[in-house]
Amino acid sequence: MLKTITKAIIEVLNMDAKLFSPETQAIIYNFKANPVQRMLDFDYLCKRKNPSIAALVSPGSKGGIQKAFFGPKEILLSIYGTIGDASKAHPKADVMINFASFRSAYDSTKDALHKDGIKTVVIIAEGIPENQIKDLTLLAKKKDKMIIGPATVGGVQAGAFKIGNTAGTVDNIIACRLYRPGSVGFVSKSGGLSNELYNILAQTTDGLYEGIAIGGDAYPGSSLLDHILRFEKIPEIKMIVVLGELGGKEEYNIVDAIKSGKVKKPIVAWVTGTCASIFPTEVQFGHAGAKSGAEQESAQAKNKALKEAGVIVPNSFEEFSKVIAETYQKLVANGTIQPAKDVLPQTVPDDFKAAAKSGKVRRPTGFMSTICNDCGEEPTYVGIPMSKVVEDGYSIGDVISLLWFKKKLPKYATKFIEMCIIITADHGPCVSGAHNAIVAARAGKDLVSCVASGTLTIGPRFGGAIDDAARYFRDACDRGLQPDEFVEGMKKQGMNVPGIGHRIKSAKNPDKRVELLKDYAKKNFPSTKYLDYALGVEKYTLQKANNLILNVDGCIGILFVDLLATSNEFSKDEIKEIIDLGGLNGIFVLARTIGMIGHVLDQKRMKQPLYRHPQDDIFYGE
Amino acid sequence: MARKKIREHDAKQLLSRHLTEISSVNIALKSVQVTAETNLETLAKEHQWLNDEKLVVKPDMLFGKRGKHNLVLLNANFHEAQKFIKEKLGKEVEISGVKGFITHFIVEPFVPHNNEYYLSIVSTREGCMIHVSATGGMEVEENWDKMAHISLPIDMPIDQFDFNTAIGDKLPNDKKQKIIDFVKACYKVYLDLDFSLLEMNPFTFDPNGNPFPLDMRGELDDTSAFKNMKKWGDIEFPKPFGRTLYKEEQMVKEMDEKTGASLKLTLLNPQGHIWMMVAGGGASVIYTDTVVDLGYGAELGNYGEYSGDPNEEETYQYASVLLDLATRNPDEKGRALLIGGGIANFTDVANTFKGIIRALKDYKQKLIDSKTHIYVRRGGPNYQTGLKLMRDLGKELGVPIEVFGPEASMTKIVPMAINYVKDNNKSNNRGA
Repeated sequence: MLKTITKAIIEVLNMDAKLFSPETQAIIYNFKANPVQRMLDFDYLCKRKNPSIAALVSPGSKGGIQKAFFGPKEILLSIYGTIGDASKAHPKADVMINFASFRSAYDSTKDALHKDGIKTVVIIAEGIPENQIKDLTLLAKKKDKMIIGPATVGGVQAGAFKIGNTAGTVDNIIACRLYRPGSVGFVSKSGGLSNELYNILAQTTDGLYEGIAIGGDAYPGSSLLDHILRFEKIPEIKMIVVLGELGGKEEYNIVDAIKSGKVKKPIVAWVTGTCASIFPTEVQFGHAGAKSGAEQESAQAKNKALKEAGVIVPNSFEEFSKVIAETYQKLVANGTIQPAKDVLPQTVPDDFKAAAKSGKVRRPTGFMSTICNDCGEEPTYVGIPMSKVVEDGYSIGDVISLLWFKKKLPKYATKFIEMCIIITADHGPCVSGAHNAIVAARAGKDLVSCVASGTLTIGPRFGGAIDDAARYFRDACDRGLQPDEFVEGMKKQGMNVPGIGHRIKSAKNPDKRVELLKDYAKKNFPSTKYLDYALGVEKYTLQKANNLILNVDGCIGILFVDLLATSNEFSKDEIKEIIDLGGLNGIFVLARTIGMIGHVLDQKRMKQPLYRHPQDDIFYGE
Repeated sequence: MARKKIREHDAKQLLSRHLTEISSVNIALKSVQVTAETNLETLAKEHQWLNDEKLVVKPDMLFGKRGKHNLVLLNANFHEAQKFIKEKLGKEVEISGVKGFITHFIVEPFVPHNNEYYLSIVSTREGCMIHVSATGGMEVEENWDKMAHISLPIDMPIDQFDFNTAIGDKLPNDKKQKIIDFVKACYKVYLDLDFSLLEMNPFTFDPNGNPFPLDMRGELDDTSAFKNMKKWGDIEFPKPFGRTLYKEEQMVKEMDEKTGASLKLTLLNPQGHIWMMVAGGGASVIYTDTVVDLGYGAELGNYGEYSGDPNEEETYQYASVLLDLATRNPDEKGRALLIGGGIANFTDVANTFKGIIRALKDYKQKLIDSKTHIYVRRGGPNYQTGLKLMRDLGKELGVPIEVFGPEASMTKIVPMAINYVKDNNKSNNRGA
């Protein structure tokens, strides 16, 4: 009964023997950029009028448009969310190339087989359950449709249509003359070896007409015989080359078909796996279907049966090309084959990436980066691998010193940086930055917008005095100005001394944060030259008003100058550069972001409503 | 990959668990597995029937013909079973020319019976073939024509299929309907759990009239693991009997499991003089074929394959394992290493060669000491650079390396390697 069913299935193959032509267009399911470009490069090489890809399906997406090269120019390909939409919009596309994973290939293939327009489905994925493939195979036969695969690279009709990654690079396609049709039909299980055979055919015959890799599974969607029967009906194909492998009984179906007269064209075949007998126990080779075991399924037995049926079988793979050449020459001699004329392929421009890799072109880079590198096995911060950063217990202060100043600073310095961050992380909900963040949070904005609203408030009057304090105090100290000269000089220019003065705090009500910073620096810094100078200035300004104290911004800025100067890591110019770049204000931005995130989360947690400022708090001066 | 044999104990447990869920057929199969780690006293406490019933003990090692090899204990009490297990556990046996150690037993109730029936469900391209007969047992093959053979396409709704007609007179009338119900239920489990083979030779009916598989074999389609995780549970796929992996094979297997690429190694003859490191599943088989076809299969040290774009580090480690094996047993004779492959589709040949070259540099002295000549053939993207790297390496290492591209046939280097080994074979003894 098995035999009857097999025969029935073969005879049901009513579809057109030619699956592809130079007009064939495909829908690509689960769109992948590389195979798409490779198909289009092949098209251009062959001088196809239109691209072989009609549309792309990105399952679950809302659709869109994808750019790709067609020769030197770019074209647009439509993306659809479902096979149905793609097929409806492109009814002439009768091939679907399915790049779905082994988990989802069943559903998408079934879907495609139910679409009237789609006649051939190529399944690339490897590892699809056998029962699912059997089900799809029966469905395809009932609908007179063709499945190529699964676990295949696909196939190619020379000069007409190429499936996905088949036949490798443009160079290889040219070397194998796949840009124009020859006279040989080729079918194999292995996709990897197809290239080898295309190369052999280019050297021994007038080239390939069509080549199909049916895939390595035990029960592929279409069999070696299915394609041999098609090749038999395609007039341009004059001889058939088959590469089988051990395992399964597929090759015996070929024997039966020859014996019953269904195949008359000359076949050259070789079944690989003659080595199986030397293995200690049964071995699973690379393909799911290639399993040594039963004698009848051995390569020797199958080669013998094929030979007895009249197939031309060499004695080893090494002789394969020789017998192919002999068979071809006979067919030329008896007039069956008029060798195909060669044509010049159209030149496909090199892709920049590939050309650059081979050293043919170069291009200046558009950006530079010197603080980190994510190209290697693990990311680095200024050359220090992440594993070292973690293993050696680098603190946040250490990481800041690396990424901001490109130095590993001494421990007293990085601890000071952390202290600054801790001390200035928040200063209550009333300060303008936190307030703005709170107002934005109450307006229902997302966290990033709220924090941005707050941090954007940081500037010369709010938190932004660190850089200026560092700059002016350092300058004055280095020039040897007396405190009174410095303060009065600033006054003449109409400027307040940055870092001096506080809205609330005063000499009698000192800022605890400033006290803590000063104490730490006195105890830990090798020298506090600039701080000492600033305290001299404070002494002078306090004579003018009780609240003209050294404030927290000023204290941080000035101590940073001490830190940079005492760390022995920076030259004077480098210190100036850090201050001029605004690097020190970064401390305040970073620190206060912590507090602002806190405020935003706090407001959202409490579900605070939209804030509207009371009208009576505004003097209307219109 | 694909069809994997499972132990009889697992097959029986899967079947009995799911038969009850899927059909009205009730076979509560009792079986336990015993290995060197099993505490038999605890086991007997957990499974009272072991003390109460007569038992059958068999090795559960994926090989058949256990009765013929005196490896089956029938109609025994637990004490006798323990004695039998102690006697056979860890013992080396030879089954059909393959030697191996007994490590696993199945223990189950002994069911006295007069009739032995046969059932197998075998995967075919369209679906499956069911073989069923009333003449199971040792001589089932002689009674093949007394068997019903039923082909079922996968889309056939099983409840609509006319088994009665298909079976005809191949089963006795008194048991026919009962067996049909059992076959149908087994088929449903077979399909639902993605079995690729289910065989009971024989099965019988227990005193309660329920079908009872005496001996059973099962294979699962492991590609369907992603949809059967829950149904299969923690299933084991044991290695074929008699095949314990060499340390190096185990290392490569572990490397293979960690990467998306494919890395394979089978050690054939540690004393061999021809070693292979071939890219691609298909190509590696052809290289091996060619060595065998040219009469030098016995000299082949290994079968191996790397593919699926392994990165430089993976290729380096794989090559290191292989070179270690290939150069481990230097003798007076020359040896050959084939670094072969077809024309790659998109694997960057120069890149994959970098890892191999690193390993070859590490093994420079051992390659020289073992008189290894290297033969390279490869094509594909960037192959010119890759081949040049190999040619330059030959000069640097002082190891002869012959290098070919796609202009040479894929297997051209095989006869070259064989000739070298042949001409440098002082003792005229081709190894094991």
